[in-house]
Amino acid sequence: MMKIPRCTTVPLSAVLLLAACERGVQYDGPAPYSSHYRPLPSEATILKGATILTGTGERFDDADLVMDDGKIVAVGTDLDENGKVVVDASGKWITPGVIDVHSHLGVYASPRVNAHSDGNEATAPNTAEVWAEHAVWPQDPGFVTALAGGVTALQILPGSANLFGGRGVTLKNVPGQSVQAMKFPGAPHGLKMACGENPKRVYGTRGVAPSTRMGNVAGYRSAWIDADDYRNKLQSSEKGQDEAPKRDLKLETLAGVLDGEILVHNHCYRADEMAIMFDIAKEFGYKITAFHHAVEAYKVADLLRENDTCAAIWADWYGFKMEAFDGIRENAALLDRAGACTVMHSDSAIGIQRLNQESAKVIGAAARVGIDIAPERAVRWFTSNAAKALGIDDVTGTLEPGKMADVTVWSGNPFSVYTLAEKVYIDGALVYERGNDDVNPVTDFTLGTSALHGGAQ
Amino acid sequence: MKRRVYLAAISVLITSTAPAQTIAITDGTVHTVGPNGTLENATVVIENGRIAEIGTDVDVPDGSILINAGGKIVTPGLFSPTGQLGLSEVGAVDGTNDAIQRGDDFSAAFDAADAYNRRSAIIPITRIEGVTRAAITPFADEPDELGNTSRVLSGLASVVQLGDSGDYLTRRGAAVVVNFGEAGSSVAAGSRAAAVQQLRTALTDAREFGQNMDAYDRGDWRELSVSRADLDALVGVLEGESSMIFNANRASDIELIIDLTREFDVNAVIIGGAESWMLADELAAAGVAVIIDGMGNLPGDFDHLNARLETGGLLADAGVRVAFGAGENTHQARNITQSAGNAVANGMGWDDALRAITLAPAEMYGVDSEVGSIEIGKAADLVIWGADPLELTSYPEQVLINGESIPMQSRQTLLRDRYLQTDSDKPPAFRN
Repeated sequence: MMKIPRCTTVPLSAVLLLAACERGVQYDGPAPYSSHYRPLPSEATILKGATILTGTGERFDDADLVMDDGKIVAVGTDLDENGKVVVDASGKWITPGVIDVHSHLGVYASPRVNAHSDGNEATAPNTAEVWAEHAVWPQDPGFVTALAGGVTALQILPGSANLFGGRGVTLKNVPGQSVQAMKFPGAPHGLKMACGENPKRVYGTRGVAPSTRMGNVAGYRSAWIDADDYRNKLQSSEKGQDEAPKRDLKLETLAGVLDGEILVHNHCYRADEMAIMFDIAKEFGYKITAFHHAVEAYKVADLLRENDTCAAIWADWYGFKMEAFDGIRENAALLDRAGACTVMHSDSAIGIQRLNQESAKVIGAAARVGIDIAPERAVRWFTSNAAKALGIDDVTGTLEPGKMADVTVWSGNPFSVYTLAEKVYIDGALVYERGNDDVNPVTDFTLGTSALHGGAQ
Repeated sequence: MKRRVYLAAISVLITSTAPAQTIAITDGTVHTVGPNGTLENATVVIENGRIAEIGTDVDVPDGSILINAGGKIVTPGLFSPTGQLGLSEVGAVDGTNDAIQRGDDFSAAFDAADAYNRRSAIIPITRIEGVTRAAITPFADEPDELGNTSRVLSGLASVVQLGDSGDYLTRRGAAVVVNFGEAGSSVAAGSRAAAVQQLRTALTDAREFGQNMDAYDRGDWRELSVSRADLDALVGVLEGESSMIFNANRASDIELIIDLTREFDVNAVIIGGAESWMLADELAAAGVAVIIDGMGNLPGDFDHLNARLETGGLLADAGVRVAFGAGENTHQARNITQSAGNAVANGMGWDDALRAITLAPAEMYGVDSEVGSIEIGKAADLVIWGADPLELTSYPEQVLINGESIPMQSRQTLLRDRYLQTDSDKPPAFRN
């Protein structure tokens, strides 16, 4: 068996290059499955006179934002407008582009016909070998309606039928011809894991493991033991001590987690299950980047803070199944108050269009019990904190100079139900402008319908 | 500290009003959704659970319990126009779900109201957000494990009040629910045309039955296609006593409903109506009302290809009676305010949107003489809001149902309060 050639990689793309290296093939061009994303053309632009929430917790009133060469240049007052496209943004609010860490756009595309059901490889409880990006249909009209909701980046995850559902992919929300044309450059893969009712129901009703939460946990641990073994063999072979094992897609993904290159996104509702998952992570030496849905996260907010694990949650979903019975609207408020990384997510082609409104519900619920949450604080839930959960916070998620100019301009306070996203810039390019057919994308599927732009006009 | 003061103020209200007492809400910005329009600095007097006086120059009866609204907004109680409140506790726990009848019975007469549980934990969660009345609607779903399927008719919808005392039913059997479009196709013989045929046959038989009831009861009439109970339910629709609710979204299905409405002279309400905006004028002319999901703008299936966010405004402007569902209409019935607010953001008038979550659904179910607006003689379902009721940062400060201040407490507020106590040394189970 051929030895694996050593490859020099940058951490974020290591997993992609590994595939090429392990076959002993050297490519001249980009690695297979890598990002082909190219920003749309942009001009140096100044947005003037807006209320600006930077995503860092700061708020500037009557301020300007300058973008150039696809990057944020400055936020401040009386900035130089020479040589720039000047946009009057008085009365508007500006935030970092909305980021959704939990979407199934493209893998459960509209129309939701069986032929588009590509999100759950529910044929075995461990399908860590599948990648969501291999099923993303870029013509899903939901990308455009999400854009009209201010969304500039999103993670597409496999579903939650399995203990290990496979790899998620982070995209720039610029509809392209292929998923590679949308992949967020340098973003790490996610690994979707799932606790609780879903895996045990899906497999238990077929009479195979897991059929209990005990079985779920045994399934995770057994898989990590295999992954650890595979990783040891890989490491020995790299040292020339042993032959390389045959490539195993499933174990490659899990080993990527143990190497810290793939981020764990763990669907988990109940507080007690999150506590168990932390022990499994401790046993095998990996980090849980985020619990998703986490309707009971408020019960273990301190535990989440101590483990530096984000909770990606809805504002108010509850009651649709037993493990969601204790959902409360104050979940995000209690997490944020405890200093845990709080993220507002959608898991919905409708919800993704309004992560600002979902956050507004939390602000209202918190106010009832005297917890005041300012807009500049709540905006972090769907911008900077979401970027952190996706491992892209060094390049997007705030309006700090040097970051990608991923920016949403709102008609007013984004926490008002009457406010709409008016302009969306991605890498400095105007990708969406409300009512402007010359700017806005239309998916192939939407052509010929009366409600162009997927209904977002 | 702020919180304690606030809670103390509300507790005064809770202990001070019972149905028989005379109550006066003073200094409200009252959106009556009735002939009085919107009144500033207005007073609403409640006697025996009903609205006795409204105006800016009202004599408050001696001995009235006074609630000073402090200039805040007062609206009618909100009306959830569809969903399974009290019929479903936990979506995925079968034993708590009673809104679907499967099997061989042609289920025009399936009366889900008999399964209604007024003590459901979901009801306080919903009413503290301002919802005081709800239509409870049976619906069609996937076959069960034994292969029993839903039917073209799902049964009777009723209207309930969400208070703790008095009869929970505002109106039993206010409408018969029909499944058209993709839903109808899946429960009929694989074609939506089969669903139409079944309904037409049943209505034709019911008309025959209605005209020959005595002969039928004597046994001097041919056997009809559905049971006696179903015939009774359908006669109610044909005589205009109850409405017929059609689950439908595609424009072609809606055109068919308009035709059926004329053929059988029924009061039709469409639930879904994704493409209804394409037929706004025709719906207005036919007097067909529409319950829409104000946030559904994606082609979830081929019946929704032209779904859009402007539907509410376009229908209202054309003169169509509109109400808002909330997407998920049981646990999230409270989110009808979000649907209404988004409709306003997309072109609907604010007053039309408020009407769509109060009076319009009451009219659809024939209970508008009882609820839906703040008018003398109607039940005193009132909400005092901290701010604009359609804003999601806003919330009710007090809700009254039939003149009774409900406790502003739910299972969710109890959970919240338990986990707010972070300074306790004891585990949460001991924080009571």
